[in-house]
Amino acid sequence: MTTVPTGRAAGDPAALAAAATDAVLADLGSGAHRGVVVDSPPGAGKSTLVVRAAGELAQAGERLMIVAQTNNQVDDLLVRLVQDHPALTVGRLSATGYRLPPALVGTSVLNAEKAEALDACAVVVATAAKWALVQDRRWPWAIVDEAYQMRSDALLLVARLFDRALFVGDPGQLDPFATVDTSRWHSLSYDPSQSAVVVLRRHNPDLPVHRLPVSWRLPASAAPLVSEAFYPFTPFRSGTGPGERLLHFGAAREHDAYDAAVDVAAKSGWGLLELPARFTAAADEEAVHAVATLAARLLARGGTTIGERTPDGVPLDASRIAIGVSHREQRARVESALRDLGAAEIVVDTANRLQGREFDVTVVLHPLSGRRDATEFHLETGRLCVLASRHRHACLVVARAGIPDLLDAHPTADPVHLGVPVSFPDGWEANQAVLAELARHRVALSG
Amino acid sequence: MSAIAALGRLRAAATGAAQPAATVRHRHLSARPLVLVPYVLAGEAFAPLAVLVGTDRDRPHLLAVPQPRDRDRRFAHAAELGRLLLPYLGAFAAETETIERRGDDPYERSLDAPQVLVPTAGGVEYLRLLGRSTRFRRTDGEFAVAEEVPLLGRWSTWLADRAGVPGSSVLLAMTDLLTQAWVTGQSALEDGDLAALLAWIDPPAGQRGDRAARAVEGGPTAGPATDPAFDERLVPLIAAFDEAVAAERAEAAGAEARTDLGPRGRDAEQAIRDALAAELMPTWDRVWRGVELLGALPAGGSVAGRWEADRASYSFFAADLADPESRPQPRVPGAVSAAAQLATRERAQARLDAEQVRDDPLLMAAVRLAGEAFRGGLIAVDAERMVAEPGKKTARPRPMLTFATDDEPLFGPGTDLACVERPDAKARVLEAEPGRVVLELRGGMGGGKAPKPGSVPEVGEVLCWTSLIAEFRRGPDWPAVEDTPWTHGGPPPEPEPEVASDPDDDALEEWS
Repeated sequence: MTTVPTGRAAGDPAALAAAATDAVLADLGSGAHRGVVVDSPPGAGKSTLVVRAAGELAQAGERLMIVAQTNNQVDDLLVRLVQDHPALTVGRLSATGYRLPPALVGTSVLNAEKAEALDACAVVVATAAKWALVQDRRWPWAIVDEAYQMRSDALLLVARLFDRALFVGDPGQLDPFATVDTSRWHSLSYDPSQSAVVVLRRHNPDLPVHRLPVSWRLPASAAPLVSEAFYPFTPFRSGTGPGERLLHFGAAREHDAYDAAVDVAAKSGWGLLELPARFTAAADEEAVHAVATLAARLLARGGTTIGERTPDGVPLDASRIAIGVSHREQRARVESALRDLGAAEIVVDTANRLQGREFDVTVVLHPLSGRRDATEFHLETGRLCVLASRHRHACLVVARAGIPDLLDAHPTADPVHLGVPVSFPDGWEANQAVLAELARHRVALSG
Repeated sequence: MSAIAALGRLRAAATGAAQPAATVRHRHLSARPLVLVPYVLAGEAFAPLAVLVGTDRDRPHLLAVPQPRDRDRRFAHAAELGRLLLPYLGAFAAETETIERRGDDPYERSLDAPQVLVPTAGGVEYLRLLGRSTRFRRTDGEFAVAEEVPLLGRWSTWLADRAGVPGSSVLLAMTDLLTQAWVTGQSALEDGDLAALLAWIDPPAGQRGDRAARAVEGGPTAGPATDPAFDERLVPLIAAFDEAVAAERAEAAGAEARTDLGPRGRDAEQAIRDALAAELMPTWDRVWRGVELLGALPAGGSVAGRWEADRASYSFFAADLADPESRPQPRVPGAVSAAAQLATRERAQARLDAEQVRDDPLLMAAVRLAGEAFRGGLIAVDAERMVAEPGKKTARPRPMLTFATDDEPLFGPGTDLACVERPDAKARVLEAEPGRVVLELRGGMGGGKAPKPGSVPEVGEVLCWTSLIAEFRRGPDWPAVEDTPWTHGGPPPEPEPEVASDPDDDALEEWS
């Protein structure tokens, strides 16, 4: 087992990160490999790498296609691309009815429904679904972004379009899912329900795999835990050290459990607001109320965040807070509760849709809160990893008591399939690791 | 589990009587199903022991293997089963209708298709394994088997594959059918036992379901795995059969070697058949009782549409089987076909989810409780409303509908909805607040400048709208097999001969 890095190991994080990026670009430039894989922990500068690699390939005169998974990801990438490489001719291939978002209107981005219209562009960006419809075109290079969230059947549809590719993604986040039972394909090396990178690497074991070693998002209080729990064999560190990120709040007025939880999180970067143990339906009314109240309280307390980029402090407004849940129904109920509390601007979303996003403070409804059983869905490490790694300053978890007991009562009992690479980490163990840390920052909310 | 399903289970547990889980039957039920109750030998990977099979409740055929470990007897059994099943499976291919397809050649679709009913999900797996162990057998050479054997293997494989497509009805487990229609007060695991499940749903007169379920505990199992207590009774019977066969062989030694059974062997075989018949018959009766109960439920409105897909699949398979060039289904699918299979099944699942809730108010109730649908009375209509959408020059009719509802839909503005009562109507949410939902009608009004008559609902109509929409999406264009990209291992090599050529080593044969 590899050693786990501490918050401040030897070496300058900026130098470490730059060396990793240079190594990736050198592998790309060498032309020695059909593909290059880059594993990136949360907030490790994945987009920066993609934009830089795109710039270098374009500069070398190579035409490039970029595959992202959602329209939002495509738009975000385009914004970064035109910012960093204003001279680049960039095309966006999109479905009928798509309109450029305000941030891209007036930029050099060319929007078209047909690939033919973008033949002059050095870089063309589209979703995997849109690329699948393109015929009779081929690019010497592709960048596949969020490749761990792409299903291998989606890659099968687009791989005919490129000769070589850079695959970038976060292996710790949610695996792609299917809506039907997929066990019949489990032992196949090209299992269509697996992620694109897993299948790619099983067929091309010699491809170089790089890792970005520094998370610029996670604070020193979170990186060691997230690294140890979710990336046990590929550790990373935080770009900032202890004390470089600060979170201040005005004086507590209510002096209740919510205030106490906010204060604990301000000090330690973590907080657990624990409701009394109880079995509930997915939309647990008390938990929903607690989540919304806690987020509204964060806002009402008038916080200030101080970090390496903002030494003078920035007010913690609603755009810097997010709430993470597991089910759409929970999201809808929390949104409704927030409206009642006058805090409707706070973002609420499911783990799937929070992937790739970043906030200063997050409030999370624990996936196992109030459950009777620990199903594969709720145990999935990616879900907890996404929820516990969106924040730059602090993460507050709301949960019913008794989750460690629930985990003990439901050890992993999934069937083992022959010929399938074991996926790490184990959801059960990762959950225990996170809970053990949270227990040190616990505030009880009496029912 | 939905809130409605949880409530049903609680009620069942409290009253001791199964509760409805659906108001209609969501699977096709054939007028002439074939029931198949299989048993396999304990401790073996796949050694068929017995099958009770037939299309007539009063005339079950019992096929038994007195020594299941004997491979000659095993394939003789498969051939015998094939002689019973193949005429039934092939009988529906003759009568067809011509189906026109947009952008494709018309094809012949059979008017009906076979339907095989097994007691439990284990029966589906039984047919999959049966197909795997028989479809590559050869009818010539060293290990020749009867011609029915590989043919049966291909049919069983088709049935088991098709059973994995959500909403298909060609191969169904009775326990699945019953749990779709009723909930009991026992666990899902216990529901997997046909005897206990049926006791809850259909207890003897005057008895509570929970007591009846307890009373059948310890009885013969529905298989394919046998009851260990039955194994204890079976072991000496098989041993006696082996002894009888050995003794008869010894007697015949020196004279011409005999392969058929003598009187002693036949008696020993009959004892095994009697034991198996007694063990299998209760399950046979239960499956047919289940057919009766399900037949009393009306079929859901979209069941016939899904059965059409089964009939089409049946016709394609039967046509392929008739082609002398066709080969057995491959042992494992290639990269392209695996991806295509997954896509097909996901589309079928989405269609099934949307169609079932439309057909069934009880399932829709669960969706409404989850906030993904609402039912309400239309209190105001602005039928004249016209909107020019962004990027469009001309204004189109977009009537505005205001509903009053006690439901709590959780969808926000911009959500697309479909209507249960008016299947053509398409609408988008403009506003949703407690007690009131405002929609914009966007489809199902014809292409004219004004909505076609009758296409705009009128004040007073009570309608149910849901965000679960059965979208018809065309499957993607998969690459040709020989164009499998390097990311997925490149084009597969030419298929190798399916049966190993060295007859001396049985272990080399392709069994799986």
